[in-house]
Amino acid sequence: MKIHRLTGLLAVLCLLVSAFAMAACGDDEEEGGGTQTSGEQQAAIESNPDNQGTTITVGSKNFTEQKVLGEVFAQGLEAAGFTVEKQLNLGDEKTAFAALRGGEIDAYPEYTGTALLSFFGVRADRIPKDPQEAFEQVRTNMEERNVTALPPTPFTSSNEVGVTRETAQQNDLQTISDLSQVDQEFTLYGSPECRQRTDCLLGLQQVYDLDFQRFRPVDIALRHEVLTKGQADASIVFTTDPQIKREGFVLLEDDKNMFPPYNSTLLVRNQIAQGETGQNMQDVVEQVQEGLTAEVMQELNARVDLDKKTPEQVAGEYLRESGLVR
Amino acid sequence: MTALLGQVQLRDRSTGEASCVADNGFCPSWIADNFDRYVDPLLQHVFLTVVSLAIGFGISFGLALLAHRRRWLVGPITQVTGILYTLPSIAVFFLLLPLTGRGNTTALIALVAYTLLIIFRNVMAGLDGVPTEAKDAGRGMGLTRRQLLWRVELPLAVPEILAGLRIAATTTVGLATLAFFAGAGGLGEQIFADITFKSNVVTAGGLAVLLAAALDALILLAQRAVTPWARARA
Amino acid sequence: MGEGAGVSTTLAFLGEFGDAIEFIVEGTTTREGNDVGGLQFLELTWEHMKLSLVAMAIACAVAVPVGLWLGHIRKGEFFAVSASNVGRAVPSLALIAFFVAYLGVGFTNVTLALVLLAIPPILTNAYVGVSQVDNDTVDASRGMGMTETEIVRRVELPLALPLVFGGVRTSMVNVLATATIAPLAGVDSLGDPIINVNTYGETGRLAASIVVAALAVFTELSLGAAQRAVTPKGLKLESDQQSRRRIPFLTRREATT
Repeated sequence: MKIHRLTGLLAVLCLLVSAFAMAACGDDEEEGGGTQTSGEQQAAIESNPDNQGTTITVGSKNFTEQKVLGEVFAQGLEAAGFTVEKQLNLGDEKTAFAALRGGEIDAYPEYTGTALLSFFGVRADRIPKDPQEAFEQVRTNMEERNVTALPPTPFTSSNEVGVTRETAQQNDLQTISDLSQVDQEFTLYGSPECRQRTDCLLGLQQVYDLDFQRFRPVDIALRHEVLTKGQADASIVFTTDPQIKREGFVLLEDDKNMFPPYNSTLLVRNQIAQGETGQNMQDVVEQVQEGLTAEVMQELNARVDLDKKTPEQVAGEYLRESGLVR
Repeated sequence: MTALLGQVQLRDRSTGEASCVADNGFCPSWIADNFDRYVDPLLQHVFLTVVSLAIGFGISFGLALLAHRRRWLVGPITQVTGILYTLPSIAVFFLLLPLTGRGNTTALIALVAYTLLIIFRNVMAGLDGVPTEAKDAGRGMGLTRRQLLWRVELPLAVPEILAGLRIAATTTVGLATLAFFAGAGGLGEQIFADITFKSNVVTAGGLAVLLAAALDALILLAQRAVTPWARARA
Repeated sequence: MGEGAGVSTTLAFLGEFGDAIEFIVEGTTTREGNDVGGLQFLELTWEHMKLSLVAMAIACAVAVPVGLWLGHIRKGEFFAVSASNVGRAVPSLALIAFFVAYLGVGFTNVTLALVLLAIPPILTNAYVGVSQVDNDTVDASRGMGMTETEIVRRVELPLALPLVFGGVRTSMVNVLATATIAPLAGVDSLGDPIINVNTYGETGRLAASIVVAALAVFTELSLGAAQRAVTPKGLKLESDQQSRRRIPFLTRREATT
């Protein structure tokens, strides 16, 4: 009995050890990251000794793009001499906003559309389609809450209804309206908060009058997996998701213009934004996000989601490759 | 096919070329290259497990000694620790949240609560299993009750006590994977960080299993070292 | 509302816990107009139980016969006993994650993961229960002309039943606890308010935690009572204490290995 137990244990250990050994000998599949060919160098962020006394806690919500943005701002601010702490992975927008207002964090990136919908109760179809207008509305609303909304990022992202190419072909789907033929048999997957967002399930029900057979809330990280593994007929994805191209998903056209545009704006507590070093901070943020076009954002997301680098690594790469940090 | 935009190099990813990593596969070379990101979670996990085992052992050992002297306590202690053992750990993390906040404290309280029943029962069983002859012999040698406990009963109960500790150790490693719900990190957080990526799930989950096996083996070895007589008997 | 006010004053001293209990009893409507809490908890409890019971039914159907059979032929002890040791070492979160990564989300996959989780304790207990039956008793039954099937059914099973039941009880409580993380894999359960806190709020999460905890304790206590009820009279002479100690992972035999 005694011997048996020990042998069993040893067997398990050996198995695991050999697995690691195999791992070590395995051929290196990792592709060499983009070799950086530098064109005109952007001005690098300069460290300002005045900033050293200010500690900024940067937060983010719980999905890739947010974590990357959080890291980009955190590392950029650090390069400018600020003392930076990070709390990336705060959950959904309500958790993050509560953390911001409670002073647990000092700043986090939020999408203009999401802010209007979730914090100010604006209906999805009433959100300005013009990004700048949407941002202005966020900015004024935020002022009342002692939060400064910094100018938005160049990239625009949005919620999308994604289906596999096969599903689209079989059911002749091109627009979201086309779903009305099949909604009774379709299972829609989305993040849990989708249930109560008018730019998500509620909107699809109210604006498009869709009645899905069922809606399944699932962790936001699984939004593509449920399509590739065949559990979902349709899933809510983001425009800047790199998996869409890779897996050949079809994004249904939002023919009733329901999904509002989303540009990311860094929300900052007034204590920080209007503090002594507030202007320095705002300058750094604008400098850092200038290069964040849709293509670049998608690339950065891809490096995390597809190449499996950490958001921290990818943000560092972005800052170095764009010459902001040397 | 690459395009330059700004200075960040963009790769065309629409080709869908097979790639173990991008396909969320099990990729040994990726694991080998990225093993360092599992080190901190592993250490957090070890910390949570070892600290809660140590505290749990202290409490249940004390309770067992108390109950050994006052038998009527056995029932109530078993029932209370039994209830604690039954409560689902996630529920406990959130039940404690209003009282102790997010972080290690909450996680440790919950994990300690789980070890109590297992260790207490095994210490009691060990003490109860000491042969009457051995105790009689001790008394015959003129040992006081205290001396009898520490020199005769407890040494003879060691195998059973450590068996309890082994069960508690493996159980705690498993439960500590949920400690991230309480904000205490650990391997569970790492598993959850990319639940669709097989390499990640297998590595983080595998490390948890390995840790359980390693602790189990360690306690087993300790048991053999401190109870040479048991080996002769087996 | 008048009634609600009554409940809240009574529970006010409990603070957040009082709010949570009110949430369970009466529910609330979110700003978005979703009704949460109250009756919805019945629905979630039902989903939770459905998931757990389906998994347990499959696990019993697999583990009990195999355990009884292995115990009867007194073979495969290493397999039957290490099953629960290995089972304990694999964290339930890792198991669920493994299923999500390899098979995907959904009821079937989560059920399968729970089945795997539930099998080891039942298997080990069934094995130990039967193999513990005195060899002389079995020989006596053979002498009386019983067939092997009859021996298993009429002699070994009744004597092993308390232990088999103990395994089922351990598994059931474990499965109930693990079903809480099912929403991570796209399956509704009482874990929904816990994991998706934004839909239900902090109060909803606390409320669900209370319900999950109560459900587990209730199940444990009622299965404990049932276990005592199925214990043959002869075995009842041993105190409950002692029969508990004979649950395999706590037996002396195991302890000295």
